[in-house]
Amino acid sequence: MKRVFVHEEWCLGCHLCEYNCAFANSGVNDMVKALKGKPVTPRIHVEDDGKIHYAVSCRHCENPLCTKGCISGALTKGDDGVVTIDHEKCVGCLSCMLLCPYGCITTDEKDVVLKCELCVKNGRGTPACVEGCPNRAIVYEEVEA
Amino acid sequence: MAVNYMIPSFEIERNDYRCIRCRVCERQCANSVHRYDPDGDVMLSDEFKCVDCQRCVCLCPTHALKIRKNENELRENANWKQNTILEIYKQANTGGVLLSSMGNPEPFPVYWDKILINASQVTNPSIDPLREPMETRVFLGKKPHDMTRDKNGKLNTELPPQLELELPIMFSAMSYGSISYNAHKSLATAAETLGTLYNTGEGGLHEDFYQYGKNTIVQVASGRFGVYKDYLEAGAAIEIKMGQGAKPGIGGHLPGAKVGADISKTRMIPEGSDAISPAPHHDIYSIEDLRQLVYSLKEATGYKKPVIVKVAAVHNIAAIASGIARSGADIIAIDGFRGGTGAAPTRIRDNVGIPIELALASVDKRLRDEGIRQNVSLVVGGSIRSASDVIKAVALGADACYIATSALLALGCHLCRTCQSGKCNWGIATQDPELVKRLNPEAGKERLVNMLTAWKHEIKEMMGLMGINSIEALRGNRMMLRGVGLNEKELEILGISHAGE
Amino acid sequence: MKRYVIIGNGPAAVSAVDGIRSVDSDGSITVISKEEHAAYFRPLISYYLEGKSKAENIFCRPDDFYQKNHCEIILGEAVAINTNQKTVSVSNGESVPYDSLCICSGSSPFVPPMSGLDTVDKKFTFLTIDDSFAIENAVDENSRVLIIGAGLIGLKCAEGLRDRVADVTVCDLAPRVLSSILDDGCAAIVQKHLEDCGIHFSLANTAERFEGNTAVMKDGSSVDFDVLVLALGVRPNTGFFKEAGGACNRAILVDNCMKTSLDDIYAAGDCVEQEDITFGGKRIMALLPNANIGGYTAGVNMAGGEAEFDNALPMNSIGFWGLHIMTAGTYANDGNARMIEEKSDKGIKRFFIRDNRLIGYIIIGEVKSAGIYTNLVRNRTDLTDIDLNLLIKNPNLLPFGEIYRRKTLRGVV
Repeated sequence: MKRVFVHEEWCLGCHLCEYNCAFANSGVNDMVKALKGKPVTPRIHVEDDGKIHYAVSCRHCENPLCTKGCISGALTKGDDGVVTIDHEKCVGCLSCMLLCPYGCITTDEKDVVLKCELCVKNGRGTPACVEGCPNRAIVYEEVEA
Repeated sequence: MAVNYMIPSFEIERNDYRCIRCRVCERQCANSVHRYDPDGDVMLSDEFKCVDCQRCVCLCPTHALKIRKNENELRENANWKQNTILEIYKQANTGGVLLSSMGNPEPFPVYWDKILINASQVTNPSIDPLREPMETRVFLGKKPHDMTRDKNGKLNTELPPQLELELPIMFSAMSYGSISYNAHKSLATAAETLGTLYNTGEGGLHEDFYQYGKNTIVQVASGRFGVYKDYLEAGAAIEIKMGQGAKPGIGGHLPGAKVGADISKTRMIPEGSDAISPAPHHDIYSIEDLRQLVYSLKEATGYKKPVIVKVAAVHNIAAIASGIARSGADIIAIDGFRGGTGAAPTRIRDNVGIPIELALASVDKRLRDEGIRQNVSLVVGGSIRSASDVIKAVALGADACYIATSALLALGCHLCRTCQSGKCNWGIATQDPELVKRLNPEAGKERLVNMLTAWKHEIKEMMGLMGINSIEALRGNRMMLRGVGLNEKELEILGISHAGE
Repeated sequence: MKRYVIIGNGPAAVSAVDGIRSVDSDGSITVISKEEHAAYFRPLISYYLEGKSKAENIFCRPDDFYQKNHCEIILGEAVAINTNQKTVSVSNGESVPYDSLCICSGSSPFVPPMSGLDTVDKKFTFLTIDDSFAIENAVDENSRVLIIGAGLIGLKCAEGLRDRVADVTVCDLAPRVLSSILDDGCAAIVQKHLEDCGIHFSLANTAERFEGNTAVMKDGSSVDFDVLVLALGVRPNTGFFKEAGGACNRAILVDNCMKTSLDDIYAAGDCVEQEDITFGGKRIMALLPNANIGGYTAGVNMAGGEAEFDNALPMNSIGFWGLHIMTAGTYANDGNARMIEEKSDKGIKRFFIRDNRLIGYIIIGEVKSAGIYTNLVRNRTDLTDIDLNLLIKNPNLLPFGEIYRRKTLRGVV
């Protein structure tokens, strides 16, 4: 399957991926309308110590722990390999956050659990973080396990 | 003191409705123009620091930013232009020589724009490059004057060393130091893919790039930085740099601050020391001296590599070229006065040298007249901006063109002309690791390859419409050119007729 | 064709089915289910009461799961195992032969003898979805609910009920809430939060006897209630296994392959005790991830495949009205281990370190990215090259170095 990979040496720490992600998943067709004056809660985040920067988002693990620990069956790994969350089922217990080794599960301001779903559900095809990365630090490709 | 006040060149226009306070502009500006003020939840900008590199404009996800020319105007004066006055203020403030970068921006005539290309109609058929072969390959180097046979009557087919290019365009000299590692890598890998060459400039060759040797021209300049046997042998050709179009007659100066570990190693100078290239080569005061250096380099590399002599286009360029053509050099590179630089005194960049179009035409004519055109190939640079400039240069007599500013533009340069600051926001003219990484050489290479692939298509199209199917057949074919708005003297030097003739 | 039998029908059981089917697509699978429902996620029963989970959304697998995996369901309770004949006797009288057996029998509520309990009209335990349905029917907006037990089950029940009833009081003999997973200081924070949210507590003080709808407490006071919920804990369902001669401690003892002491018998889920990597011994870790992984591991091994579950550890993520609590591993603060505490206005974090490895933690409040800590515990990561102070303040991948990040962010994990 194609996954999002991050090349640390090319990450500029510009944080655009976070904004592109939040916009892509906002359901609003204009970034200003979607994000202006609102809490921005992307599914990808940049970790940064001033010198090193890199983006982190769901690895769509071969054997995801989050799905194993999900108490509601909301998190599942589909046949396409994408780990998705069913908000109808999620009760917000955050077991997934307890289990994810990479810190890729987050919540929005209303405590709704968010994770990268590779822009499958929002119908974009190519993940917004990848498309908007100004330096190809975030790529979407097939890599052998 | 109010008299110190320097009017900022630009204004930053932020559409506050669009600005979502993502602060990308702030993070991306190496000049610290933008700043977020949490108290008022506003983005502030310090336009005094802005160089109009457009980085923030390009990265702003909501397109909230515009950089405009500062509309604050001094009283209009046709003689004392605003910029002239501001430069005086600057010098009165600092007492320093004004520094600039990239090519001469002054409104001198651009002869390329006054030359038009012919096309076949009715009596001579044009060629469709999509259906018929179209040769853009060129060979640079000394060509034999006559066919000769050996004592058995067989044709002598041995030629002096040649450079083979898939298209008549090379990347001209930009040193590692003036541009970044990633910019160099982009150029080297693009040259490899395109089947052409790039040029080290006088900064030596980084050890990582020896692998691109067959696509590399290694330069020997007055500072002789990084020159040693392996370096000379690494490249496909050696270029002796006598001059540069942006700053003819003067040397170069890479400030010690830019000489970090990697550059110090590559240039073979101590870390932190200024890299000063003298104005002249201290061992060259005549064509005979030049000849000695040419043959020293040939001797050092077993006569396997063509030697290029690069000079700036200056007043008596034809005579100079004639001398070089007799010095043993295989290729003459001429750099016109609009050529770029990483840093040059403004007065020199803007006032010294001559246009490449005129230099090329007169050199080509002179070498033909003297019967020594075969001795050398001619490469011209100094603001070749498009495929049509290439076509016109070849028709005026060039074997190939050197491009650099165009290549940098493809890499992301927005011609803000502040390379000398070392804070290139596009990761090109900088050695700051945080800025250098902004140019992903994979993307850089792709963009360079894209640009020249497009140019190659255009060159083929234009050759086809002229009914010409090889660069060989276009070279020096001035019948294909007509001038517009040029006076008789200009037409005479260019060796072309006026449109309508 | 191999005959697989699974006792129980919870998450461990369906994971065992997955495990079996990953190796053997032919063998017959019989699932002995005590409840009429398909396998469902037990922790959802409080969310059902709270209205966050719909009854139709609580199931572990899609509707066609059993059919697709060719599972036969027998409704009933396993009452005995005959290891000689290799059969399981079911409460409905059937005797089910097995070649390979997996016990996923879970646990049952523990209700100690309490004087006058029979005089209480509306009393419930809280472990099954049917319990939720029953409680739902028993309460209205005027109900006063007394919950005995301030553990995970009792408190989740309290959360589930608060908005449906007039009053919720929780009592426990222990002096603090969540005594099984929190230490004193942390428990006080949680208790305060729950009190702010309207739950009443009577701790170190439990009901001694009942007189109808009045509980007489240990301290002599009395609490009137309409509905009583008994949440005093659970006991693993292991009787039939013990009688068959299987090795048990508090629960069925299994190895890392989830194999019990008896031939061809495996076990997984809430009814087992297995090695806790943070503790250095076996214990019950009745948690969903362990049930899922344990069940799957058992299934694979039952079918002749090879699987090990060798990194089990206790952990919990639990939240009440916006306050999240996460715990993992073992908390020890003695001569062999030390504690590092990080307090901020967002909450508290306590880390327990032994032999230069993180063996456990408690976080209240700032739980973001806590999985990074859990991973350190699970992998028994040597902390020598990791700046723990940095990590404690801000859990991210920075302290792990570029090589680790390249592996995880540029590779398939």
